[in-house]
Amino acid sequence: MKRARIRKHTRHLLTGLGLFFLASFQPLLAQQNEAGQATPVKLGLMLPYSGTYAPLGESITNGLKLAIKQNGDQLGGRPVEYVVLDSEADASKAPQNMSRLVKGDKVDVVIGPVHSGVAMGMLKVAKQTGAIMIIPNAGLGAATGQLCMPNVFRTSFSMWQDSYPMGKVAYDRGHRKVVTITWNYAGGKEDIAGFEESFSKAGGEVVKQILVPFPETQFQPYLTDIASIKPDAVYTFFAGAGAVRFVRDYAKVGLKDSVPLLGSGFLTDGNLDAQGEAAEGILTTLHYADGLDSDVDRAFRGAYGKAYERKLDTYAVQGYDAGMMLVQALDQTGGNSTDRDALIPALASVKLNSPRGPVTFSKAHHPIQNIYLRQVKDGRNQVIDVASRALEDPARGCRM
Amino acid sequence: MDPVFIAIQLLNGLQYGLLLFLIASGLTLIFGIMGIINLAHGAMYMIGAYLAYDLTLRTGSFWLALLLAVPIAVVLGLVIERLFLGTLYRRDHLYQVLLTFGLILVLNEAQRIIWGSDVQSVPVPASLSGNIALTGNLQYPVYRLFVAAICLLVAGGIYWIIRHTRLGIVIRAGAVNRDMVEGLGIDVRTLFTLIFSVGVGLAAFAGMLSAPMTSLYPGMGDNILITCFVIVVIGGIGSIKGAFLGSLLIGQAATFGPVLLPALASVIIYLIMAAVLIIKPRGLFA
Repeated sequence: MKRARIRKHTRHLLTGLGLFFLASFQPLLAQQNEAGQATPVKLGLMLPYSGTYAPLGESITNGLKLAIKQNGDQLGGRPVEYVVLDSEADASKAPQNMSRLVKGDKVDVVIGPVHSGVAMGMLKVAKQTGAIMIIPNAGLGAATGQLCMPNVFRTSFSMWQDSYPMGKVAYDRGHRKVVTITWNYAGGKEDIAGFEESFSKAGGEVVKQILVPFPETQFQPYLTDIASIKPDAVYTFFAGAGAVRFVRDYAKVGLKDSVPLLGSGFLTDGNLDAQGEAAEGILTTLHYADGLDSDVDRAFRGAYGKAYERKLDTYAVQGYDAGMMLVQALDQTGGNSTDRDALIPALASVKLNSPRGPVTFSKAHHPIQNIYLRQVKDGRNQVIDVASRALEDPARGCRM
Repeated sequence: MDPVFIAIQLLNGLQYGLLLFLIASGLTLIFGIMGIINLAHGAMYMIGAYLAYDLTLRTGSFWLALLLAVPIAVVLGLVIERLFLGTLYRRDHLYQVLLTFGLILVLNEAQRIIWGSDVQSVPVPASLSGNIALTGNLQYPVYRLFVAAICLLVAGGIYWIIRHTRLGIVIRAGAVNRDMVEGLGIDVRTLFTLIFSVGVGLAAFAGMLSAPMTSLYPGMGDNILITCFVIVVIGGIGSIKGAFLGSLLIGQAATFGPVLLPALASVIIYLIMAAVLIIKPRGLFA
């Protein structure tokens, strides 16, 4: 009697578990319609507004909207309409979400995503439909590598671009044996590959590569493993909540004092408040930094600080540059957003005087930009050097 | 790995397992005794963590925050049970899945509205912020040991109540035959409200204890929910002993798995669940 009931219960529980996996959170579709005389330019935002990457989605949205607001809330003389869609950083829903924006809402340009897995799904649709897409974050190499296409642009970085300069920096600082640790997903693996490429080219050795299941943040066992290996340094790529947790745990177990922590800039960007004391002294490389102190950067920081409560981070710069790119390109086409033959060359020829420094676009539509060496000092990612000037991503496998 | 590091890994696994038990015990009680599948259990873990964060900010003391947050979480559980679950006891489990899944969405959205989507963290309380040096270059955070000790105490407390008190007898009887217990003049409805509130209160309490060890972010309860369901299935539904041993097992698996078998890191707990179900289809102790 009881056995049968429990068996039924177990079955139901497993069913429930399965349903929980299957049931998908309904994406929130917020449509804003502003009555304008001219038909508005339609921008589709496909960014994460929920989950671990929600803060990144918010920053990018802020930056983008700020750039367009500073341009009088118009692009090429036309008002702007945003179609906002929560990507949930869910790769499995990416193709249908992108299709909905392109075919359903008929947006002129899609801006997104944050997560590289989602980018893969979006690129498929971009290939089929020829829709113009500006990637304000996702750094998978393929987007401007073997999957590059004329209608896809990127205003952010590639994993390789941000991590490659760190390999030489690590070697020059006397590190010979390094452990790398990251999440087991494309972005993380590409990042540590970029580091390893230049580190082993310089003569160093990666003694162990640890891949943590995504989005696991129980780091304690791995840190114990690292302590038993005793490397010269640890190179890591984590972002968002995982990065906060990793840096704090790294300090907590006392590794911070014995094994220097190097990382991609995403380790500390936007996370310093949460990381606090534990982040002090960490070296990272990234395409943006605190203390660049150019006029453009100062003006941007001032405007951003006035407009938003959120602290400024690199993601906001990437969003801002996506906005500036649209501003320039649509000025050039006289507000024509539907003629792709005119808009694509206009976007490709954009030259940005960005808060991060000068940015132009390579043949693969990827930013050619400076990569800075930064050190965490007093809760800021203070620039201490340019690790690589006007670095161009090799765009491996791109034929366009 | 040398023996010292294996010992530390065992400690890591034990500490994680004990924390999982706090969450899984409530889940298994609610399911085993009341027959309610509560998918919102993980969301309560998240709410607990955010309550701890919020109240620590307001009061400036983590301990005071704990003191205030526990009753808030229990009352929230009480309200949920009274408002939503009362009509679902006699219904099919799928109705409960639907309702509690809706609760996840509501609680996740409420979290975003109240606390925003930024990653937050809670400083470790000063009195426990030290480390114990275990080996040359590795220290063990005192706070983690404290959490392990608290979880052990709570586990012991639950066991004692279920096994050695009148309330425990009633709870066990209610699980087996609700009608008979009601026939003896015991108010099962109130009993259920109590179990549910305490159960989700435990999940929230686990969230509070985790807050200084983890990062707070929207949806942080979803992964832990799945892990705890796996524990409940392994241990056998409604079995506190099963939940306890299941938690310790999964704690160790989640610790050693990724280090020893990196290729299987993300599926190891499901493999264990599958293996257990093949050998014992009702879990280990049901």
